[in-house]
Amino acid sequence: MSLDSTFAALADPTRRAILARLSLGEASVNELAEPFSMSQPAISKHIKVLEHAGLISRGRDAQRRPCRLEPKALDEANQWLEHHRAIFEARFQRLDGLLEEMKAERAKRKPAPTKSTSKGARK
Amino acid sequence: MTDMTLKPQGDREIVVVRAFNAPCDLVFDAFSKPELVKRWMLGSDGWSMPVCTIDFRVGGKGRYEWKSPDGQHGMALSSEFVEIDRPARIVHTEVFDGTPQPVESIITSTFVETAGRTTMTMVIRYPSPQVRDFMLKSGMEHGMGLSFQRLAGILAKP
Repeated sequence: MSLDSTFAALADPTRRAILARLSLGEASVNELAEPFSMSQPAISKHIKVLEHAGLISRGRDAQRRPCRLEPKALDEANQWLEHHRAIFEARFQRLDGLLEEMKAERAKRKPAPTKSTSKGARK
Repeated sequence: MTDMTLKPQGDREIVVVRAFNAPCDLVFDAFSKPELVKRWMLGSDGWSMPVCTIDFRVGGKGRYEWKSPDGQHGMALSSEFVEIDRPARIVHTEVFDGTPQPVESIITSTFVETAGRTTMTMVIRYPSPQVRDFMLKSGMEHGMGLSFQRLAGILAKP
């Protein structure tokens, strides 16, 4: 499953609302179309995108073909994003520490801090 | 106070937003002076950054190299500065070593100060949705060199 198709599917507010509705339980296309003041074909198009991205699946029941959430694709996308958040956050926390040092050093040099741009060499 | 967001934007970008409890010019220095960058832009799990050189002017080049704790693995990237507007904005390119063909991402970093705090917004733009997908999945650190071999196949796809 490509993350890109997952992200593209999630970029649309209607599709996110459909996923939110399906998190409460499965629903038919008609049931999904109701709250959206959208035609059934329009909703069907969104459902196809979600299905293609692996975010939902359709039931076998020939009449209703209910849609249901497939949490795996969403979990996977979230895991990759989490992995990168952790890498960046670890770096930024080190940067927080460095900035505290830099602020302390500046305060030492300039007892009354004024709003001036810094010039001159900093060690 | 340190809420960070990292999320996809459009079909080929990733946006990272983070606030720092320091004035803009200090944050800008920490992002652009090699002796400062070296102290925080490390990898996870003990990866070190033995090389960090930055020729900080438009058209100037940067070089960043990381090493795993056991010295067995490394990754490196070269950058070039496209736009510098101290202390508000830096635009630079990044190309990782070891890709079968050069994959250049463009990173736009902006720094906005409010009441002594600075919000940094970094937009990382990849050449295609597939490359963004690949970069997220490969991780920016571990085994990057190895997984680059797979990138050839991904880039060959239409």
